[in-house]
Amino acid sequence: MRKLGAVAATGVVVLVLALAGWMRAPLPAAQGGATISGKVKFTGAKPTMPKIDMTEEPKCKAKYTAAPPTDEAVVVNANGTLANVFVYVKAGLPESYKAPAPAGPVTLDQDGCRYHPHVLGILVGQQLAIKNSDGILHNIKAKGTKNRPFNISQPTVMTSDRTFTAPEVMVPLECNVHGWMHAWLGVLPHPFFAVSGSDGSFTIKGLPPGTYTVEAWQEKYGTQTATVTVAGSETKTADFTFAAK
Amino acid sequence: MISALLLLAGAAPFPISHSPFPVQDTTRGKAVYVKWCAGCHGDGGAGDGAAAAHMLPRPRNFTGAIYKIRTTASGQLPTDVDLMRAIDEGLPGSAMPAWKGRLSDAERRDVVAYIKTFSSFFADTSQHVAALKFSGEPSGATGATALKTGRQFYDSIGCRKCHGDQGRGDGPSAPTLKDDAGFPIFAADLHQSWRFRGGGSAMEIYHRLRTGLDGTPMPSFSDLIDQKFLTDEQLWRLAQYVRSLSPPEPPEVRDVIHAPQIVGPTPVSPDDSTWARGGRYWFPLVGQVVRKGRWFAPAVTGVWVQGVHDGRTLALRVSWDDRTQSPDSAWRPFEQRVLETVAGDDSGPPKAEPWPDQLAVQFPRRLPESPAGMERPYFLMGSETDPVYQWRWTSSPRKSVAGLARGIDRFDTLPGAVAAQASFDHGEWRLVFTRALATPDTANEVQLAAGRAIPVAFFGWDGSSGEHGSRMAVSTWYFLALDRPTPPGVFISPVLAMLVTLGLGLVVVRRAQRRATARAGRQR
Repeated sequence: MRKLGAVAATGVVVLVLALAGWMRAPLPAAQGGATISGKVKFTGAKPTMPKIDMTEEPKCKAKYTAAPPTDEAVVVNANGTLANVFVYVKAGLPESYKAPAPAGPVTLDQDGCRYHPHVLGILVGQQLAIKNSDGILHNIKAKGTKNRPFNISQPTVMTSDRTFTAPEVMVPLECNVHGWMHAWLGVLPHPFFAVSGSDGSFTIKGLPPGTYTVEAWQEKYGTQTATVTVAGSETKTADFTFAAK
Repeated sequence: MISALLLLAGAAPFPISHSPFPVQDTTRGKAVYVKWCAGCHGDGGAGDGAAAAHMLPRPRNFTGAIYKIRTTASGQLPTDVDLMRAIDEGLPGSAMPAWKGRLSDAERRDVVAYIKTFSSFFADTSQHVAALKFSGEPSGATGATALKTGRQFYDSIGCRKCHGDQGRGDGPSAPTLKDDAGFPIFAADLHQSWRFRGGGSAMEIYHRLRTGLDGTPMPSFSDLIDQKFLTDEQLWRLAQYVRSLSPPEPPEVRDVIHAPQIVGPTPVSPDDSTWARGGRYWFPLVGQVVRKGRWFAPAVTGVWVQGVHDGRTLALRVSWDDRTQSPDSAWRPFEQRVLETVAGDDSGPPKAEPWPDQLAVQFPRRLPESPAGMERPYFLMGSETDPVYQWRWTSSPRKSVAGLARGIDRFDTLPGAVAAQASFDHGEWRLVFTRALATPDTANEVQLAAGRAIPVAFFGWDGSSGEHGSRMAVSTWYFLALDRPTPPGVFISPVLAMLVTLGLGLVVVRRAQRRATARAGRQR
């Protein structure tokens, strides 16, 4: 937690400095790059997600003291926005673009018989560390079509590493022991992706100048796209709105 | 041929990026495919041929290149040898037959090549296709210690979650299982190793534990060895334990059930110790596909039968594997999914209902006049003019009746009942019918006589698979023979015969010797 805080603080400092720099004199495009940020809004009646009955796994059930766990197919935030929306650059990067080497693994945790996070992105070739914090039997199955599938057993506290070879939005991940456990993994050849958070906002940073097709993917409501042109290190806003079905 | 191929594969220490087969011709392979495979697997290889809609499990969809039975790690492509094996041996427990005797070696090789053209993964040179290095089976397979270790890991790695405590595919997660295409899938019944898709030997089970069955919920356990959660040998013990749940050999289908005569009374309980002392007979059941309202995915794959009598009463024990004690609300969504997946040929949207489990035993009304007469009514529940006498049992309400069936749709209960007692234990029904050998209604109720070949047939329904009415599993006619106690003469006469032979032999030898002596005397 402390580490995360430090990272966040550093991020803020960098951002502030960058912003300050930008205010004084625009930097060349290569440094910092442009940012696309926005919010994922939601209109219509908030759907009631079914409760998950974890009676079968007392160890998991015990982790939900406040309220029983519910399905995460649609998570409407307190401010009426949507969480768990995968926003990514679908097209527009120059042919010559080369993604940086992935820094460290991305962790997917199985805790309380749910995946954390529920939606996540990863670079092609980057390691996915699949962690079982529950210490009860989970199997993790990846059901991509552009990537080879896998299905491995994790009956104890352990971590298994896997990588993905081809871009694919999204690779469904699931546990067959607990039919309610689903996660979605976006595999991309570049790092320009984000997942909307608990305030519905997302930020994609470091973009080279260009005109991009940005797609927002929601597991139940499908996709929406926006075209955004950025130059230098400017920040453009792209909001998405999904309507209740 | 196959062993040679396996040797070839085993001898290749490097990833097999090219086919181990000499020449493969995709054009010829296509011709074979179109003629023999497309009916189920579809012209485009998507597993959507004309017959596919009636099948569970569905035919393989080749476009995703996801295969259950491999020797490669989870997620890897199968080797050519793996594909060839599935074609050669078929996939037991599914509609896929063995093609080894039906297609030539070249035809099978060519069709392997053609099947691979359905997915771009096979053309992708970055895919590593290498068989895992499997260890050999450790000795002591059936020893108590080995089985105990196996059982311990059966519990600790959570096999029971899907396969159930006793391995009959009735674990708590079983009703939620789907394959990658979203079709309902049964956790394997580990008591029927002869139906395992990849073969039922301990070695084959060990291979499946290492590789997983891609496209299904069955994961690979190789990571657990890498992470030292268990040793390779312990995984072998698990495979050996799983193997021990099935009979040592696949059950042989015999035509006649011999019901020995015992000193009464006959047992009425399915768990009576009498049953443990005698052998049981296996009869396979298949889907009813003769008459409209066909059923192509029968859940009751066969019944085990035992009989005893005491000269007055017959007790017939029928046991079969069934994941559920239907109706079971936990399995209702599964039933709905089965009904939506397996196309029937009758109208009406399939709707899951709380059907019970059912079992019927069928006899002719009367035995043929002459003991040599083999005329039997129509096996599929008789006909209007030639009805059959049946015992019918249902799980809910728990009751049994006797009556006459005149075809599938008409059943008239007879006043003379049949007694039945059933127990359900971890995915197995055990049911005992008892009835007097002789009854007053000799016109309608078969008179069970010792020494006669009594035609008998079986029908089974699993309510939680949506089975009822004509959607059922059926057998053909077999025979029940009530054995008479062996008369003492059977034991005495052979001994007598031997003594007589010996005596006569001695006389002959003596005579010959005497003659020889006399002749010798004359010559001297």
